Amino acid sequence: MSESTHHEMWEKLNMDLEAHDGLLEVLGKFYGDIYLSQENRLKGAEYLDFVLSEVHGLRIKELQDAKAQGRKVVGTFCVFVPEEITLAADAIHVGLCAGAEAGSELAEQLVPRNTCALIKSFIGFKMAKLCPYIESSDMIVGETTCDGKKKAYEAFNEIAPTYVMEVPQTKSEAARDLWKSEVLRYMKAVEELTGVTITAEKLKEGIKVINGKRRALQRLTRLRAASPAPISGRDALLVNQISFYDDPVRFTAKINELCDELEARIETGDGVAPADTPRLMLSGCPMAVPNWKLPYVVESSGAVIVGEESCIGTRNSRDLVDESGETLEAMIDAIADRYMKIDCACFTPNQERLDNITSLAKDLKADGVIHYSLLFCQPYSHESMKVDKALQVEGIPMLSIETDYSMEDVEQLKTRIEAFVETLA
Amino acid sequence: MIAGLDIGSRSIELVTLIDGVVAEARKLPTTFDPVSQCFKLLDGLRPASLVGTGYGRNLIQRLGLDCECSTITEIKAHALGAAHLFPEARTVLDIGGQDTKAMSLAGGRVLKFEMNDRCAAGTGKFLEYTAGVFQIPVEEFGPYAMKGENPPEISSICTVFAETEATSLMARGERPEAIALGLHKAIVKRTANMLRRVGLNFPLVFTGGVANNPCVLDLLAKSVGGEIGRDILVPDNPDHMGALGAALHRHHGNAADAR
Ligand code: SF4
Ligand code: SF4
Repeated sequence: MSESTHHEMWEKLNMDLEAHDGLLEVLGKFYGDIYLSQENRLKGAEYLDFVLSEVHGLRIKELQDAKAQGRKVVGTFCVFVPEEITLAADAIHVGLCAGAEAGSELAEQLVPRNTCALIKSFIGFKMAKLCPYIESSDMIVGETTCDGKKKAYEAFNEIAPTYVMEVPQTKSEAARDLWKSEVLRYMKAVEELTGVTITAEKLKEGIKVINGKRRALQRLTRLRAASPAPISGRDALLVNQISFYDDPVRFTAKINELCDELEARIETGDGVAPADTPRLMLSGCPMAVPNWKLPYVVESSGAVIVGEESCIGTRNSRDLVDESGETLEAMIDAIADRYMKIDCACFTPNQERLDNITSLAKDLKADGVIHYSLLFCQPYSHESMKVDKALQVEGIPMLSIETDYSMEDVEQLKTRIEAFVETLA
Repeated sequence: MIAGLDIGSRSIELVTLIDGVVAEARKLPTTFDPVSQCFKLLDGLRPASLVGTGYGRNLIQRLGLDCECSTITEIKAHALGAAHLFPEARTVLDIGGQDTKAMSLAGGRVLKFEMNDRCAAGTGKFLEYTAGVFQIPVEEFGPYAMKGENPPEISSICTVFAETEATSLMARGERPEAIALGLHKAIVKRTANMLRRVGLNFPLVFTGGVANNPCVLDLLAKSVGGEIGRDILVPDNPDHMGALGAALHRHHGNAADAR
């Protein structure tokens, strides 16, 4: 997608230029089909288009410029890594989860074939030298959220030094203590990396910036409760995806502008689809760029997506860090508490996720829910059954989809999703 | 005249309705040129409305006909067709060329459905392919298998692996009819599971091309414990149910559905 002027930069990053050109070409075409073809799109979407067209270009240039000035880049794979701490050390925090199949075959040299597409993708991206974010990262942070990832980081560590945070799997007192100690350990690691000492003042600023980003995303979530739906699910997903890459301050400003536009639209009753279009919520596994397959199929099947219960969605933005703490200690506690509220399927038991899904579906006036799990993802596949039961009690129909990043099942997905939409109409 | 066109992976069926009554029912193999097959089926007919269903349903937009065109999924189409012929139907099973679908109905509407994903394991394709291994036309494969006794367990419903299993069973000296029966049992086992997942209630209407296979029907009745003709109902032309349902959809004339 980007201009060839970036080639030199990519070369310096030791990327495979030919393979990368191929990836950008596919990505560009995909983006055109899925995004640019939409009708009645928002003006604010220009920002999304621009950021995405420069996702491997200008944004990487920004990172390189910052690095030249001595700042560090931290790449992460999960919403559990506290961004406010990264920021407090004046480092840049980027989400790395890759959403494309490229390199997946290579990944099978390091992880078993029966591994979820998300893991294969990030390993494959590194092995195939496709991702400028991985190559720009001074520190890559993994976490022990599921067995697949836990073991994958051991393998990944052989090709890219990886720091791993131990995320507990229950929400007990002991688990919270463990997590707090991990937050502190992470703070030390970031301080060591950057040579910056995190002060109360800096951390307060970090908390404010990241809360601001979350507030903008929360605002977007709330506006999507309007009928007719003011924004397509595809565009909203893109907003969520970009929140992991772009500069948080710029992102917050742009998304607030987008929300202003949405408010004006809602005011005039304008929407992306007629008011009687079935409203669906997506729930489940994260959808990293450019994993747009399911949203695209859903929105070409006569439905509109009004929310994402996902890490690239509300799980990333629902809870704020309490801003009242003044000391470093109080702020670390507030951060630990906020992150312990994340309802990843990796927790046991995990009743709060079920409660959050049903209340979100009701708030967004969703007519149905599509539960999305990646093939071989144990945590989310298990929970899909529980989610189905919980939604049944509320009278909200659910369709469970299990898929990966390949395109071979698109026709079957279309049939299932259209049939689901027919049952709602 | 309303026409329903069910463009499946293996065959295309056409049903026309005049004043809600079936006027015409035609069928052709899909081939690699489904568009011309559609034209052949429509030859001499000038429907006012055409409803497409099945895997290739969107092809009807490409026919360039000057009639009103719309589509519904085969899941809805089979449910509509089944509920029309058997208003008391509670569950529908459709085994077609490359998909198996199970739906539970309430008042003629689909409540819940299940469908195989990606591979064609345990579908009509499976029977067609394995019949080929026995060098028997697929239409005769069911009656052939019914002659089998003491079927060996076939553990795979993957078309390719099942062939491997069948050939190694043959090499071990198992009777071919028994192996054929084992293959049928493998399909039915998987189908029964799918039916249970949507909540099997009788009467069950069995549609799609595979409903013509007496061995599958017989094994299904044994497996889910129902009586053929009372609990398990098979329409006269089970493979035309999708096309019938599609035409009925327009006949019921739900304007909102024309979206
Ligand atoms: S699903 Fe769990 S492991 Fe994956 S990004 Fe979300 S919180 Fe992290
Ligand atoms: S939680 Fe699921 S999707 Fe996420 S990394 Fe683990 S297996 Fe993959």
